[in-house]
Amino acid sequence: MRIKIIQPGVLTTVQDLGRTGYQQFGVPVSGVCDPFAAKLANILAGNPQDAAVLECTMMGPVIEFLDPGVFAVSGAEVTPVLDGEELLVNTATRAARGQRLSFRVPKAGFRFVIAFAGGINVPQLMGSRATFMKTREGGFCGRKLQAGDTLDIFDVPLPGPDLSRHYGGNGFAAKPLYEIRVVPGPQDDHFTEAGLHTFLNEVYTVTASSDRMGMRLDGPAIEATDGYDIISDGISMGAVQVASGKPIILLADRQTTGGYTKIANVITADFKILAQLKAGDRLRFTAVSMEEAQDAFCREADALDGFARWLSL
Amino acid sequence: MDGVRFLPAGDTAVVAEFGNEISEAVNRRVAAFAALLAQSGIPGIQETVPTYRSLMIHYDPRVIRYGALLSALSALELPPEDAGAGAEKEVLVIPVLYGGEAGPDICNVAEKNGLTEAEVIALHTGTDYRVYMLGFIPGFTYLGGMDPRLNTPRLATPRVKIPAGSVGIAGMQTGVYPVESPGGWQLIGRTPVAFYDAHRADPILPKAGWYIRFAAVDAAEYARIEAAVAAGTYEVEHLTVKEAAHED
Repeated sequence: MRIKIIQPGVLTTVQDLGRTGYQQFGVPVSGVCDPFAAKLANILAGNPQDAAVLECTMMGPVIEFLDPGVFAVSGAEVTPVLDGEELLVNTATRAARGQRLSFRVPKAGFRFVIAFAGGINVPQLMGSRATFMKTREGGFCGRKLQAGDTLDIFDVPLPGPDLSRHYGGNGFAAKPLYEIRVVPGPQDDHFTEAGLHTFLNEVYTVTASSDRMGMRLDGPAIEATDGYDIISDGISMGAVQVASGKPIILLADRQTTGGYTKIANVITADFKILAQLKAGDRLRFTAVSMEEAQDAFCREADALDGFARWLSL
Repeated sequence: MDGVRFLPAGDTAVVAEFGNEISEAVNRRVAAFAALLAQSGIPGIQETVPTYRSLMIHYDPRVIRYGALLSALSALELPPEDAGAGAEKEVLVIPVLYGGEAGPDICNVAEKNGLTEAEVIALHTGTDYRVYMLGFIPGFTYLGGMDPRLNTPRLATPRVKIPAGSVGIAGMQTGVYPVESPGGWQLIGRTPVAFYDAHRADPILPKAGWYIRFAAVDAAEYARIEAAVAAGTYEVEHLTVKEAAHED
């Protein structure tokens, strides 16, 4: 089946869980900034968790169904509208041929994902359908979507998933101050005691010069013992890099390696909060143990698998 | 295993750090450890990213937890440090058209170092460069081993657009631009060989730990290779050569 982009929104791209296996060659992972939302929307739409989806930023797209289909929306607290009818996030909905899907401006959060039953059919590049805009590769023609683009969705038998079942967990909610959990390292030993104290106690504000590559924060400078340069090493998703005193949280389009100190790394279970923060939002970092971080990682993955099993019963 | 530090990099990656210097000895340990790990059968490892002096190991905590992974990594035994001597090395021979329009800054490199352009070419083609790591952009190689007589600072004003395949020098570094990009390197030549082609079976030509040998070609040969590359019939010369004992 096919969908047509009537209005593209601010930044709508085809993404999946990322292009892994090529980081040793300098190829960024890309993929969605909010993997939890992508997995959840895919499960709701009856897809494998890693199917390709649309990642939308702030102002969502207007999409026309050229054929009947099923879709689900997850991530930000946003109201999807199908031909004037307001819908809920975290539920699957059937659309008839010719119906138009649009979105109100999110009440809270920054990014949301639309999964279509079957998954988006764009060619795989190095094993992934994710868009990497910097080299203009992957996804749909290597770029963000434009008005008039027609996307192919893999055909699956409809009616598809049981539409009466929805995800009962809490969605994203706005807060005056977000707590973001981190595991210290790998270069936490490059910072003074005062610097570490600043990092874990002060409030940082998301700046407007943030994108899918990194979230730049403003706030008190973090003091290092001997500068912020290191001999390049690898960078994982959510790494908190301190290059000139201010932290930058590296996201999906990050480079594979870098030459600046990384004081800590956001835990995977909090990526779903991180992906929703926008300019002006305030956050504070809290250090947790590796055990706590990995417990949370496993709980989240198990919950998604459990939800997928329950839906398919 | 001695001389290695394991550093946490979030809940899905760990860094094995072998030193804090750019040296062939440290980089060889990284490569040896990556090879050892690939053979180890340790479960849950998704991919590894080698750099000058460390290996980042991405893993699935649902398969193996941090503590268990550290135990398994610590139990691996690296071969003695000099085991590389007399071993074989992989060398890619990269044809380069030096000077002229392809390398407009070769005169800067010559002038800065009191060399003729022919001497610049002789020095640049006279070394096998070790690929210490790839990063920054897809297929960008960090090469080691350039002759210090070619040391030239970056351009004062970077270019907005540099064609893919451009061969340049920046300080003590030399390398190839794998994709069109802006940059401040002194351009001394261009290769028709694509270091990066996402649609190829092996999208990126060189691997960390391999060597690059640049070979000068004339304009006619460049055009012939360029056509063969476009037709998909060009095969980069890949040598496996016995190594002399290392210099460090």
